[in-house]
Amino acid sequence: MTSLPEQTQKKLGLVIDLDTCVGCHACATSCKEWNASGYSAPLTDQDAHGADPHGAWLNRIHSYEVGDGAESRTVHFPRSCLHCETPACVTVCPTGASYKRAEDGIVLVNPDTCIGCKLCSWACPYGAREYDYEDGTMKKCTLCVDRIYNETFAPEDRIPACVRACPTGARHFGDLGDPSSAVSQLVQEREGFALLPEIGYRPVNRYLPPRPRRDGHSPDVAATVAPPTRGTGSLADQFFAWADKALAR
Amino acid sequence: MAKDEPDIALSERSADEIKTTTCYMCACRCGIRVHLKNGRVRYIDGNRDHPVNKGVLCGKGSAGLMTHYSPSRLRAPLKRVGPRGSGEFEEISWDEALETATSWLKDVRARDPKKLAFFTGRDQSQALTGWFAQQYGTINFAAHGGFCSVNMAAAGLYTFGGSFWEFGEPDWDHTRYFMLFGVAEDHASNPIKTALGKLKQRGVKFVAVNPIRTGYGAIADEWIGIRPGTDGLFVGALIHELMRTQRVDLDYLARYTNAHWLVVDSPDAADDGLFARNAEGKPLAFDKTTGALTDATRTDIAPAMTGTFTLADGRQVRPSFALIAERFLTDEYAPDTVAVATAVPADTIRRIARELAHAAFEETVTLDIPWTDHTGRRHEKTVGRPVSMHAMRGISAHSNGFHTCRMIHLLQIVLGSIDCPGGFRYKAPFPKPIPPPNKPARATEPGAPLKGGPLGFPQGPEDLLVEPNGAPQRIDKAYSWDAPIAAHGLMHMVITNAATSDPYPVDVLFMYMANMSWNSSMNIPAILKHLTATDAETGEYKIPKIIYSDAYSSEMVAYADLILPDTTYLERWDCISLLDRPISGPGGPADAIRQPVVAPDRNVRAFQSVLLDLGARLGLPGFVTETGTPRYPGGYADYIVNHERSPGVGSLAGFRGQDGKSYGRGAPNPNQLESYIAGGCFHEYHLAPEQLYYKHANKAYLEWAKDVGFMGAATPITFQLYLESLQKFRLAARGHGAVTAPASHRERVDKFFDPIPFWYPPLDNAPGDDTGFPFSAITQRPMHMYHSWGSHNGWLRQITAENCLYMNRERAEALGISDDDWVWIKSAIGRVKGRVRLMEGVNPDTVWTWNAIGRRAGAAGLTPDAPEAVRGFLLNHLITELLPEREGGYRFSNSDPVTGQAAWYDLRVHIEKVAPAEAGETAPQFEPIKSPALAEVEIAR
Amino acid sequence: MNPAYSVIVFTTASGAGYGLLIGLAAAAALGLVPIDALFGFLGLGVALALITTGLLTSTFHLGRPERAWRALSQWRSSWLSREGVAAIATYVPAGALGFGWVFGEMLPHQIAAGAGLSVACAFATLWCTGMIYASLPTIRAWHQPLVAPIYVAMALATGSVLLILMLAAFGYPLRWAAAAIIASAALAWILKARYWAAIDSAEKTYTAESATGLGRFGTVRPLDPPHTQPNYVMREMGYQVARRHAVKLRRIAALLLFAVPILAGALLLLNLAAPVQIAIAALAAVSTAVGVLTERWLFFAEAEHIVVLYYRGGTA
Repeated sequence: MTSLPEQTQKKLGLVIDLDTCVGCHACATSCKEWNASGYSAPLTDQDAHGADPHGAWLNRIHSYEVGDGAESRTVHFPRSCLHCETPACVTVCPTGASYKRAEDGIVLVNPDTCIGCKLCSWACPYGAREYDYEDGTMKKCTLCVDRIYNETFAPEDRIPACVRACPTGARHFGDLGDPSSAVSQLVQEREGFALLPEIGYRPVNRYLPPRPRRDGHSPDVAATVAPPTRGTGSLADQFFAWADKALAR
Repeated sequence: MAKDEPDIALSERSADEIKTTTCYMCACRCGIRVHLKNGRVRYIDGNRDHPVNKGVLCGKGSAGLMTHYSPSRLRAPLKRVGPRGSGEFEEISWDEALETATSWLKDVRARDPKKLAFFTGRDQSQALTGWFAQQYGTINFAAHGGFCSVNMAAAGLYTFGGSFWEFGEPDWDHTRYFMLFGVAEDHASNPIKTALGKLKQRGVKFVAVNPIRTGYGAIADEWIGIRPGTDGLFVGALIHELMRTQRVDLDYLARYTNAHWLVVDSPDAADDGLFARNAEGKPLAFDKTTGALTDATRTDIAPAMTGTFTLADGRQVRPSFALIAERFLTDEYAPDTVAVATAVPADTIRRIARELAHAAFEETVTLDIPWTDHTGRRHEKTVGRPVSMHAMRGISAHSNGFHTCRMIHLLQIVLGSIDCPGGFRYKAPFPKPIPPPNKPARATEPGAPLKGGPLGFPQGPEDLLVEPNGAPQRIDKAYSWDAPIAAHGLMHMVITNAATSDPYPVDVLFMYMANMSWNSSMNIPAILKHLTATDAETGEYKIPKIIYSDAYSSEMVAYADLILPDTTYLERWDCISLLDRPISGPGGPADAIRQPVVAPDRNVRAFQSVLLDLGARLGLPGFVTETGTPRYPGGYADYIVNHERSPGVGSLAGFRGQDGKSYGRGAPNPNQLESYIAGGCFHEYHLAPEQLYYKHANKAYLEWAKDVGFMGAATPITFQLYLESLQKFRLAARGHGAVTAPASHRERVDKFFDPIPFWYPPLDNAPGDDTGFPFSAITQRPMHMYHSWGSHNGWLRQITAENCLYMNRERAEALGISDDDWVWIKSAIGRVKGRVRLMEGVNPDTVWTWNAIGRRAGAAGLTPDAPEAVRGFLLNHLITELLPEREGGYRFSNSDPVTGQAAWYDLRVHIEKVAPAEAGETAPQFEPIKSPALAEVEIAR
Repeated sequence: MNPAYSVIVFTTASGAGYGLLIGLAAAAALGLVPIDALFGFLGLGVALALITTGLLTSTFHLGRPERAWRALSQWRSSWLSREGVAAIATYVPAGALGFGWVFGEMLPHQIAAGAGLSVACAFATLWCTGMIYASLPTIRAWHQPLVAPIYVAMALATGSVLLILMLAAFGYPLRWAAAAIIASAALAWILKARYWAAIDSAEKTYTAESATGLGRFGTVRPLDPPHTQPNYVMREMGYQVARRHAVKLRRIAALLLFAVPILAGALLLLNLAAPVQIAIAALAAVSTAVGVLTERWLFFAEAEHIVVLYYRGGTA
């Protein structure tokens, strides 16, 4: 049903650390690989070995340069569904295939009732929903709902595929609705932010901003005044004088 | 669950069966779990227990399914029926393929075994492939290290007995400052990523030194956009600063290095610049307590590191460290001097030096681990200077890479940070003596095996493989005066040299997994000509026979005469062995296997098993029993378990002995592979705490290393800051000794075989930027692709199917070039067309692209109009494999003069916009390759 | 947004069909046309054919057309669902009206009821269709109060041109219809012109800096794309039309869709000979068709989706 739940018991989501993401695409390919035969199966590809390869993925990694000149930085930016609290992607759906779970807030597409009208993808500002050209339905991040409660998995593996794969530990999973959860504390500590809050969808996922650099441009790096060279003579002579003394001790 | 919500299956099994094995999407060798459903690969994730990746898996590993089920897989042995390059093949049986190969190899072995040039694109399985070459009797063998990173391996092994290359790693848990040089992605892929994540959490400063700011550089606390090829100046300036500000660990130098060994100062003498030695051959030092010259290796002396002393014969000697200090304390390495050439501000250099010193000397790490050094002295704690570094291709792929890498090691050593807590730690089987004792074997008579392995570590001119007149004996000229310390050979020169008969032609070129007619060669148009060149009289190809083994239809396939199709990594047995490239960590040695997770669905065989078969058919010693039957009829798995390289020592170190309880040495255990599989396809040996640090001088470690066969004796390893063996080559260039350098090479060897590392401009670069080629052009390896292995992967190529040339925004705009413009990239030998992307985070004098994205039309199972072919481009076409002619007409290879390392990143180019009609498609374009029939793919649902 | 030809055909065809239906129904109720079986058959036939063509086109454009019936279930929240319900509902009174018009004799109150309900349902359907676009906050050019009214106005304008063509062909009095064309085309023109002014001057408050949250470091510029060939999102939402191109097309659309019909309407107020009237009406119909297709194409092509900020930087 497309009506949104009044409230969800949990607000499960991801926290993505932009200070630690190196843009390796592990989260993107592990997601693609898991979901190609998981809840979202199939995730098809078109022209995979031809001139115009494209396919349905649930997670896309951008890289940006931000700022100019010496102040500029490179930032890698994974983008996937933010499992918003009041997303229009759910309410615009004509069939009720797009829904938000009351138990944990995960936004899903019901693969049996989606008619592939694509309106939900028009409603999403984050480009989180992709149409599968062969399957004819909409695909999106499922927060690995088929993994996180999976009793055939070891408990430490009941996390989304992307979180498990991320080699730098830049992705975190948990209940953003619980202020005492690890993810909530991380968000608070690092001042995590939501994307496009002004649209009013109330995204649940949070991004952690890149930390300040610690180079010559940052104010807390001590001024680079060269310490005076002690003694007389050439640098080598001075060095030898010191070395002799030092080794004598 | 709300009543209207659909029922979801929350606990479906991910697989019918989960098997562990080792990934091979790059050479990192992470442990993976392969989830199988209905006998097909459904999903691959990381093995949490595995020491390399501990459960994580990079972008490539997670896409392994599509590499395994790729439509570019070869499906049967092939015999070429059209001309080379036409792609016209006929499928043949394995019997015919092996009979053909056998007859070719048998014939060559009987006449002149070195006419078989056997070169492999990967170093894995090198213990087997090198052994094959040895038993066959050809000196013409190497793996790919010569065009990969031999500079790192050699510089490390000749300086401190380990290396960046992959036989060491930072002490990630304790380091307080980490510097990364020249790495965009290395195949310590997941370990570096995991470690950087941890450093970020611990707030440890991470400095990335790289002309380009992507990937790791993006998250670095400080990015230093250095000019390519000038890292030696930067590091030299850091050493200068540390010495000038008296922040060097003299105590560490005295204990662990040859800093105090006395160097003879006697110009024109045959031992000028060598260490002064006593009658027993021990180097001399001046002992300040006795005031006399004595054995420098004694541990009870107070050696002088400065001063001038006199030998009994009246000649002067000086401690080598004094010479080193004198070099680095000159203006040449002052921060203000190097700032312009490196594009690193002098203040930054001084600040980094200060930060390094602070971390090393003020943030020392003390661990509660007692240990005993080789003198028998016990230390209650293990104390370390927690500065660590890692460096790879950005340093290596320059003709000054060997010396630059030695300088980085010198920097680490003056900071006292080798194998200490927080520093750079060895991974077993290293440390090894400096250098390892094996020398490259010489040719013997036909039919006999070589007396040792074809690769090794020359320590002087007498170890070179040269004729009496100085001419090279190997086809790639490794271990000749062209490249004396060519520890990994020069695979990038084989085709050129064979086709031009310089030094001589070969008969059979046998290659494994190396795309030499495309991204693994320089000057591709020339290489293609060489591969198809025919003899004017006989009409035969100048390289008469080419055998090639690979799993996939790469550009190289079309140029071979006989194709031996390999399995994918999920279909094979394999071993990641202490005899070649183990997965050890600093905590102890480790090795691993691959097991077949699925069976091949086409007529392919694992290359290693094929090689064993060939060896048996040729009757090579060791490959056959006394009665001439194959010694390893079970193929590679049989060899892995049963082969003993020396008594009790085989491919795998774990579960040896009849009872499977021995480590390192023990009789073959028939259940060894099962034991490995049961443990997740790897085995780790955990060193005791007292063995973990200062391994080069750690009694408990050294004795154990001797016991398990990593070292011949429990002798401590003394770091060779001053590398005497280089001086020996130099003396030979000056005419001293039994083996001297030919006149054509004297100046070069004299210059570059400096026992103290130094910086010099890359050989291919004329001085100054007014040569018409003002930009350095380099590549970076994307994290989700590995050389040309990713293009045929239907998922990975969706991420990157074409590449562009990245330029510094300001510099490009000054040339009138905007984003998405097409440009000609011109070098001295050719030009390439590509599309431009502007960015801030790149050294202004540098342009770059992602490595190996461009493909030739028709290769890799792609359609001829694939973006990789239409718009993707390589810089390889622009790089000359031979430097311009010197006087006398000789052309040296475009390589490091010490090691022969291919100098890819010395490339200099000129950039200009194309004419409007030229935009949209890359050039040069090559004739599309016709692909042989490939395996069908059934997409699993 | 990608100006997919099927969607353009669907909305213009069905829009014209609903407009024609409204015109015919109103005319019938107001006694402006005779209740002639052939006229009714052709008129309502064309109207319902256009409507049905549009609906079928859009249904087969779906990924899973066989499940299309499910689209009627979420009318509580979804404008698309509401449109479906209203569209199907329209067939009832329109069908009844048509049946009575063609086969039977309807009493005035029956005509009034059938026409009234047809008009109401048609208006509702048109409004819902417009609201599908207008309700999306992600596309500034659509999230405008004028979008739904314009959609209705376009339908009336295009439908009235078809109506007058039929009237002319049948030789029925048509000056009232000419006035209706002038009024509806003028209204549509005014609304469309205001709409274009509104989107041209709208402040682009969404930026790549805010979309990524990285504005704190400065301007955000894409370095490497997530994929070198466009994915579904960029195929669907990445279309760009050059400003000068769009301006030219707007002029063409205005000329063909508004100016020409108004002129035609003016001419048809005069008492010209029947063949001339038919010719004028036919030309006006062709011009209107090309004009509305152009207008609809622009409606998509000029609409920028926020997601392109992630791919291209800039503002939206």
